[in-house]
Amino acid sequence: MQAEHQHQGHGQHVHGQYGHRHPVDFDPTSAGPDPFAPAASGSRPVRIGIGGPVGSGKTALTAALCRTLGAELELAVVTNDIYTTEDADFLRQAGVLDPGRVEAVQTGACPHTAIRDDITANLDAVERLQQRYASLDLVLVESGGDNLTAVFSRGLADVQVFVVDVAGGDKVPRKGGPGVTTADLLVVNKVDLAERVGADMAVMLADAHRMRGELAVLAQSLTDDPAASAAADWVRRQVAEHRAAVGPSAE
Amino acid sequence: MTPAMSTVSLATLALADSRFPGGGHAHSGGLEEAVHRGTVSGSEQLAEFLHGRLHGAGAQAAVFAAAAAHAAARGVPPDHWSLLDAELDARTPAPAQRAASRAQGRGTLRAGRSALPSRALDELHATTGSPHHPVVVGVLLGAGADRSPADTAAAMAYLSISGPASAAVRLLGLDPFEANAAVTALRAETERIAAEAARTAGHRPGSLPATSSPALDLLAEQHQRHHREEGRLFAS
Repeated sequence: MQAEHQHQGHGQHVHGQYGHRHPVDFDPTSAGPDPFAPAASGSRPVRIGIGGPVGSGKTALTAALCRTLGAELELAVVTNDIYTTEDADFLRQAGVLDPGRVEAVQTGACPHTAIRDDITANLDAVERLQQRYASLDLVLVESGGDNLTAVFSRGLADVQVFVVDVAGGDKVPRKGGPGVTTADLLVVNKVDLAERVGADMAVMLADAHRMRGELAVLAQSLTDDPAASAAADWVRRQVAEHRAAVGPSAE
Repeated sequence: MTPAMSTVSLATLALADSRFPGGGHAHSGGLEEAVHRGTVSGSEQLAEFLHGRLHGAGAQAAVFAAAAAHAAARGVPPDHWSLLDAELDARTPAPAQRAASRAQGRGTLRAGRSALPSRALDELHATTGSPHHPVVVGVLLGAGADRSPADTAAAMAYLSISGPASAAVRLLGLDPFEANAAVTALRAETERIAAEAARTAGHRPGSLPATSSPALDLLAEQHQRHHREEGRLFAS
């Protein structure tokens, strides 16, 4: 069921990264219900959705946040690629996170459905991570690249970030759509490219504020600031507010 | 086969609706693997695939959905759910098919606990957090006021073909009218399979009919293997 299981020979597979093994059921007589207990309700990690169009820098931002916050927070990531496990593999190979802390979801060719209309597969992935790491503070749920109408269901993400980039055109904030207008944080990414692509940053940011009212807008360049300092500060505040609201994560 | 005066409950319609948020949208029922092999490349082959799926996996699922609905309606003791679960395991030889059934069962259980809560559903949940899909559908509908094993079986049989048809549109860019017509062309057969499933709904779990569909079992296993090697869009 899970792509990241490494198969070694016959009859068993190994979750090397989390140090246990159990028999794989190639034997048709090996049957039985799922051995995991239902996830405990009550306190749980804050879930932050990271969405936005293809190529806007969602995975780069996710990797930067892992790098910056990994030492101070117990965090894990769910990725929603349209194909394969590319983003998940990138995060694992970038070495910013223990491979066991990354779960990849198959979205049935509909990345927006998987984060909005039917969040089942994503909730399953979050629950697997919570079973593996009992004291998580934060789960980042990165959507597959999608269009401007894609938003996270509030049943999946407590708060959400929408990432657009200047190279995608400085008219994007003006076009609106639920992602731009309702996300808790709008990140305007790759501002270092503005001059190259002829994007007017003043117009872009003014449009963003006009479309979003009081909601936060943040301009960043991961080339100039690989730590994504401002976005990381915003995430820290979300974790602190979630803790204050529901108490610390506990078993 | 349905009496002229009968009506279908809204619960049945909601569960059969592709908008039901139980995770079904990410499952193709072997269709994605069939597309990658070139077995299904157009509407005609889709119709053949759906016919096979209805009579194989669909008929088996309908039998257990009807049996679970019957059991929930008559208020069986909680240990009945693990019996049904084990018997469906025994009739599902491919591990990948079991995993797909349990993944959809888990999602349907989660969504169903919000939409159609019942004591039987809680007992099933206490037995396992990832029950088989047909058992969950049966409990959800059997525990309600408008219980009908035949309607439950029809919903389950329909789900076994509506998901693959939708996947074919997404994977092949098929004409959605043709894909939809391939589903509705099977309405008489779906009703017949549902009526047969309703006839055995009161049998002991061990005596329920067993249907085999080895081609679907193989497609499911190949799908999992190829997902590890090159990636697949659907979970099954």
